[in-house]
Amino acid sequence: MTEIALFGAIEIGLVYALVAIGVYLSFRILDFPDLTVDGSFPLGAAVCAVLLIAGVNPWIASLAAALGGAGAGLVTATLNVRFKILHLLASILTMIALFSVNLRVMGRPNVALLMQDTVLTPFYGLGIPDHIVRPLVVGVIVAVVVLLLARFLASEFGLAMRATGVNARMARAQGVNTDAHVYAGIALSNGLTGLAGALFAQTNGFADVTTGIGTIVVGLAAVIVGETVLPARALALALVGCVAGSILYRLAVQLALSADAIGLQASDLNLVTAVLVAVALILPRLKAKASRSTRAAR
Amino acid sequence: MSFTRLLCAAAALAAFVGPIAAPVSAMAQGKTVAITAIVQHPALDATRDGVVEALKDAGFVQGQTLKVEYQSAQGNPATAAQIARQFAGSRPDVIVPISTPSAQAVAAATRDIPVVFTAVTDPVSAQMVKSMDKPGANITGLSDMAPVAEHVALIREILPQAKRIGVLYNPGEPNSVVLVKALKDEAAKAGLSVVEASVPKSSDAQPAVRSLVGKADAVYIPLDNTVVSALESVIAVGQQAKLPIFSADTDSVARGTVASIGFDYFQVGKQTGAIVARVLKGEKPGDIPVALAKGTDLFVNPKSAAAMGVSLPDAVVKRATKVVGQ
Repeated sequence: MTEIALFGAIEIGLVYALVAIGVYLSFRILDFPDLTVDGSFPLGAAVCAVLLIAGVNPWIASLAAALGGAGAGLVTATLNVRFKILHLLASILTMIALFSVNLRVMGRPNVALLMQDTVLTPFYGLGIPDHIVRPLVVGVIVAVVVLLLARFLASEFGLAMRATGVNARMARAQGVNTDAHVYAGIALSNGLTGLAGALFAQTNGFADVTTGIGTIVVGLAAVIVGETVLPARALALALVGCVAGSILYRLAVQLALSADAIGLQASDLNLVTAVLVAVALILPRLKAKASRSTRAAR
Repeated sequence: MSFTRLLCAAAALAAFVGPIAAPVSAMAQGKTVAITAIVQHPALDATRDGVVEALKDAGFVQGQTLKVEYQSAQGNPATAAQIARQFAGSRPDVIVPISTPSAQAVAAATRDIPVVFTAVTDPVSAQMVKSMDKPGANITGLSDMAPVAEHVALIREILPQAKRIGVLYNPGEPNSVVLVKALKDEAAKAGLSVVEASVPKSSDAQPAVRSLVGKADAVYIPLDNTVVSALESVIAVGQQAKLPIFSADTDSVARGTVASIGFDYFQVGKQTGAIVARVLKGEKPGDIPVALAKGTDLFVNPKSAAAMGVSLPDAVVKRATKVVGQ
């Protein structure tokens, strides 16, 4: 694996870490399987791209992308909380609707940003190679998000949100407005995904309606890989685990891309990636089993 | 054996082996071309094979003087971005991205490795190049804008009484959207109306074409990755409902569309490969104008046409480059 490929994998892993954190919020904390991310990711990319083309400051465009994603999350939450549509179905409805919305936002399926200024532009001229600047900038953004989110989840509102996910009935009995927490949590989750979409568009030079495909799968894989490699009780560490899981997933893809050396074809990529991730999930369990049996032998 | 004879033999051997040895030494300093496509399907695969073939014609033989790397993103843009980073890191002599998203990801990943894109319909609006004539920087390539005007003329020639052309496409594919816009313009000029049916996923192709039965006199399929990958289900409906299906690409004619004027994507690949060879021989990509795909072959499929209730005019069959499906 070359240095550029390695940093490239870390960079894309960091971008998708925001998705992983979002998925962790909805899937683990709120216990709300939310497929909206497949639509809010390209929505973020679309909103950011259109604003950049219009000459808006890249940071404001990225913030608007996050707000756009949050809006999409609110639609899913409304369908679920207000209209009692099953959470999975509510999120699927929003997701498929977003495909059309994204086409409307962009006006065409692909908006190129190769010649636009992005949040990364000011950092390119500092003498650090491009392939290191990108993961650095994205890494700082992710670090800020993790810190803010860890603080938020430790606040009274955050604790109530966690209680909502663990046992909504008990939370309501304690006077928690669980509906408000579902709204806030799903909006936050998709806001982070929208921000990820904006960063993806800016680091890769395009927004494309197809960029959402499989986002939920990647996010879930990152969350679960993260939980396996970093089994943490503390919430802040769990968020770090999401970041680690996302980077590990991308490293697995990178390894799979180099698998042609052992006779595998380009078309085997998804299979190889799945096998690598499965191995990553199984290994710690085997190790735990082995250490249990050695303890038993003593 | 005398010393002189030995010398003569050695000289003869050197004269004989010399020309063979030359490519061997060239192989030591062989070139690497990295090719990537967003998905795998027959047209994109043929493009890749054509690139390799053209490079062979130019003296860069795969396995001898040329190393070819190939990666498919399997439809996932994040993977496309990662492949772009991998190629930027392994520093091949030329990167050949096939299709718009792959090309954009590669352009974002490197500003110095030569890039020769192909199968990008509109390279200027994709911001791959500043202009077709003077691409500048490290990028040039080939645009595969389809000859839509000729397609409309062909449909009118085969079905003079047709008034409404249905079009099946994925509104999420940039190339298709450009082609559908061109189709509307050309159809309007020819006094035809266009009925659209969108196919966001391959599994939507069959219901979409069913929705056109009775609403269109013929169906046109642009070079749309989503629809083309589900072509057989579209053909089946065309035959059941006697609704003639036309395609923008000639590869699809062998799979059952009535006829097409289009590119043989193997030839598109060869035209791209010729540009790649120029870059390998030292030309700067930025100085090579973006080429437009040439070679408008007429493919017809009389058997499939008959199954869709169409008899092809003799004139069309006579001038066809290739008659398939017999």
